[in-house]
Amino acid sequence: MKKVAGRLWLLGLVMVASLVSFVPTYQPVYQALPVWAKAVLPNKGIALGLDLQGGIHMVMEVDEDRAVEIAVDRSVTSLQDLLVDKKIPVESVKRTALTQITIQFQNVDLKAEIQKLLDDYPTFTEKDTGGTSGTLVWELRDTETARIKDSTINQALETIRNRIDQFGVAEPVVQRQGLKQIVVQLPGVKDPKRAKDLIKETALLEFKMLDEDNQMRLELPARIPRDKEAEIVSQFESQLPEGDQILFERSIEKETGREYRIPYVVKKRVMLTGDVLSDARVSIGQFNDPYVSITFDAKGGQEFERITADNVKKRMAVVLDNTIYSAPVIQERISGGRAQITGTFSTQEANDLAIVLRAGALPAPLKIVQDLTVGPSLGQDSIDAGVKATIIAGAMVVMFMVVYYRLSGVIANCALVLNLVCLMGALSALTATLTLPGIAGIVLTIGMGVDSNVLIFERIREELRGGKAVRSAIDAGYDKALLTIVDSHVTTLITGVALFLFGTGPIKGFAVTLCLGIAINLFTALVGTKVIFDLLNQRTKVETLSI
Amino acid sequence: MLEILGKTNIDFMGKRKIAFAFSSVMVLLGLIAVVQIARGAANLGIDFSGGTAVQLKFEQPIKIDEARKILESSGLGNAELQEFGQDNKLLIRVKTSTTIEEKTAETVIDVFKTKFSSNGFVVDSSTEIGPTIGKKLQEDALIAIVISFIGIILYVAARFELRFGVAAALATFHDVLAVLGAFYALDKEITVLIVTALLTLAGYSLTDTVIVFDRIRENLKTRRRETEEATINTAVNQVLSRTIVTSLTVVLVLIPLTLVGGDVLHDFSLALLGGVIFGTYSSVFVASPLLLLWPGRSGRLLSRG
Repeated sequence: MKKVAGRLWLLGLVMVASLVSFVPTYQPVYQALPVWAKAVLPNKGIALGLDLQGGIHMVMEVDEDRAVEIAVDRSVTSLQDLLVDKKIPVESVKRTALTQITIQFQNVDLKAEIQKLLDDYPTFTEKDTGGTSGTLVWELRDTETARIKDSTINQALETIRNRIDQFGVAEPVVQRQGLKQIVVQLPGVKDPKRAKDLIKETALLEFKMLDEDNQMRLELPARIPRDKEAEIVSQFESQLPEGDQILFERSIEKETGREYRIPYVVKKRVMLTGDVLSDARVSIGQFNDPYVSITFDAKGGQEFERITADNVKKRMAVVLDNTIYSAPVIQERISGGRAQITGTFSTQEANDLAIVLRAGALPAPLKIVQDLTVGPSLGQDSIDAGVKATIIAGAMVVMFMVVYYRLSGVIANCALVLNLVCLMGALSALTATLTLPGIAGIVLTIGMGVDSNVLIFERIREELRGGKAVRSAIDAGYDKALLTIVDSHVTTLITGVALFLFGTGPIKGFAVTLCLGIAINLFTALVGTKVIFDLLNQRTKVETLSI
Repeated sequence: MLEILGKTNIDFMGKRKIAFAFSSVMVLLGLIAVVQIARGAANLGIDFSGGTAVQLKFEQPIKIDEARKILESSGLGNAELQEFGQDNKLLIRVKTSTTIEEKTAETVIDVFKTKFSSNGFVVDSSTEIGPTIGKKLQEDALIAIVISFIGIILYVAARFELRFGVAAALATFHDVLAVLGAFYALDKEITVLIVTALLTLAGYSLTDTVIVFDRIRENLKTRRRETEEATINTAVNQVLSRTIVTSLTVVLVLIPLTLVGGDVLHDFSLALLGGVIFGTYSSVFVASPLLLLWPGRSGRLLSRG
C-alpha cells in the first residue's frame, strides 16, 4: 500500500535528520567529518548548562548614580580650572546634589561673567541665579543624565567583555538584561574567585600627588592592621585640609605574610587617569618581583611629562580603585610615555592588573545581585546521577510496556526510542542548553511519552473485547484515542510554555526539553506506532493481536 | 492479555463525601501554605528570599554540631546546615535580606578553611541572591502560575463545556495545593524548582481528568437513560485501568529520579511524584463528583449533543 510506504519514508527521514542534527553535539564524530559536511552542519550542538559543567552565572547592576556623580565631579574640576585660568576669584565650586553644581563667590559683580561660562558647559542649565547673593546653581540636563546612564552600562558591558576575552574563557556570555543589569556567564571556569575579582574590579587608575606640605601627615601612624582603615579615617578626617584625603597602601610583611595598610595624605585632585593608557604589561624586576609597565598614548605621554616636570622631587601616588599601589618620588622629568606600577603583588595579581588596565576601567562600580557558582566536580556528579536515573527510568518503562502489552509494548518502545532520538536531534539543532532539570524533563518525557500508546492500546483492548476484528479495533483505537491524546498534550504544553517564558536558566532548560518532548511525542505516537501496526496487518492477515 | 484491573464496577460517586472531606483538608493545608508564603513565614528557598547557600564537599565526615558552633562564633548564627550523608557534603544556607556585597559566601568558605583546616574540602557550589532578584523571581513565578491556570481553564472550557472546564481547573488547583500543603507540612524548602514542579504537575494532572471527562461526555451522549451518577460511575470504571497505567508509567520514571537523581532533583521529583498520585486520585474522586454538584439546565450535564 502506498500510504504505508509514504509514512515509512517520513519516519526514516525524521530519524536520519535527527541523527544528523545530533552529530555536532558529539564532537569526536563531528571532527572526523569531511570539510563539506562540517560546512553544512552547525558547529555547535547541545551545550551543557552551568549546573552541569560548572561555572559562574552572575547578574550585576551598574551603579548609575555613581556614574552621573563622576561626570558632574569632572565638570566641577574642569570648571575650577577654567575659573583659575580666567582669573575669576570664587569662594567655592561644589557638587551639592547628584546633578547640581553650586558656585559661590563674594563679589556679586562677577555673576554675569560666571554665567557666561555656562556656554562652555552645554550639558548644564542654570537652575538658580541666587537672586542678589553670590550663588549660582547649575544642573545637569535630564537628557544628559539619561545619556550618561545608558552609555555607562554599554561601556561597562564593553569593558567586561574585553576583560573576559583577555582572561580566556570558552564561550562566555556577556549581555545586557533590562535597563541596568548585566548578565555574565562563564562556563567551566576553574578559579571562580579570581574571575569574579577580575570582572568586578572598577580598575580606575589615577595618579595623585601626596600632600607633603601638610603637617598632619606626621601624626598618622606608620602602619595599621588591614581592618582599621575606617577608624583612622574618622579619627583624622576633621583635621584634613580641604581638597585632601587619606588613602592607604597595601603592604605585606615578608617574614610573617601579614597584611598591613600604610596611610597617606593625598591631594584629591586627579593629575591623570588610566584612560590615557595604550598598553599594560607584566615585567619582572631585578629582585624577581613582578611589576606592571604601562605605556601612555601620545596625549597621555605629553601630559605625564608635563606633570613629572612640574613635580620633581615630590611624591606621586599611583592609585587604583582608591588603594595606593606605590608612592614613588619623581626623580626627574619622565618623557617617552612610559611608567611602572610597582607594589606588593604576586605574578598572578600583576597579570590580572595588566588585564584590567588594558581593558579599561569600568565607568562606575558594579554591584553583584545574583551569583551562582558551580564547581566542576558537582557538575560531573550531577551528570552521573542524571544519566543513572535516566537509564533506570527508561529500563523500567520499557520492561513494563513489554510485560503488560507484549508485542504491542515492543512497538511502543520503538516509538519511545524514536521519540528520544528526535528529541536529542531537535535539542542539538536548536543548540539548546541541557541543564539538570532539563535531564529531568527528558526522563519525564519517557514516562509521559508512552502514555499516548497506553491510551491507544487500552482503547484497542476495549474494542477487541467488544468483538471487533483486529484491523478495525486498531483503527478505532487510534481514532477514538486521538482527541484525548491531543488534549492531554496541549494542557502539559501550556504550562511548559509558561515556564519557558518566565523561567530562567535551569528552569528554561526544563521547559525546553519538556515542550519539545511532548510535541515530538504527539508525532511518534500517532504516526510512528500506527505505521508499524499497519505494516504488520499488510504483510499477514492478523487474527489475534498481542496486546 | 495482562491486566492490572479486570472489569470493575466500583461506586466511586457514592464515596464522594469521604473524598471531599479528605480533599478539603488537603486544600486547606495548601491554602495555609499559600498564606504563610505570602506572609514570608514559610520555608522559602534563598532564590525567593534572597541569601547565600554554599555547598562544601569534605574529605572526611563532618560533625554538624561542630560546624554549627564554628559558624556561630563567626557571627553566622543564623546559618542553616544540612548534611548529605554518604558524600560528606554540607549545605550551609544563610538567609539575609541585605545585599550580597557582604560576601557571606566568602566568609563561610574562609571560616571552614581556617577552623576546619584538618578536613580539606572543595566548594561544590555557591549561590548568592540579592533581594531584588529574589523579588523578581517571585513575581515571575506568580505570573507563570497565573498564565498557566488561565491557559488551562480556557483550553478545557473551549474543548468541553464550561462546567467541565471549571471542574477540571478546580481539581488541578486541588492537586497543586495538596502537594504544596504536604511540602509545607514537611517543612520542605519552597524553591523555584518546586514551583516548576507544581506547574508541571498542574499540566500533567489534567491528563487523567481529560481521559475521564472524555469518556463521561461520550457516555452522556450514548446512555441517556441512566442517571448522571451512574453514567459518571460507569465512565470512571471504564477508563480506570488506563488512568492508573498512564500514571504508573510516570511514577516508574519518577521513582528512580527521586532516589538516584541527585540532591538537586530530589525534592523536585518528589513534588512531581506527589502530584501524579494526587492527580490520579483527583480525576476520579474530585473532578468527576464535582460535575454532580453543578447540574446544567433541566438537570442535564450536556446542553447539546
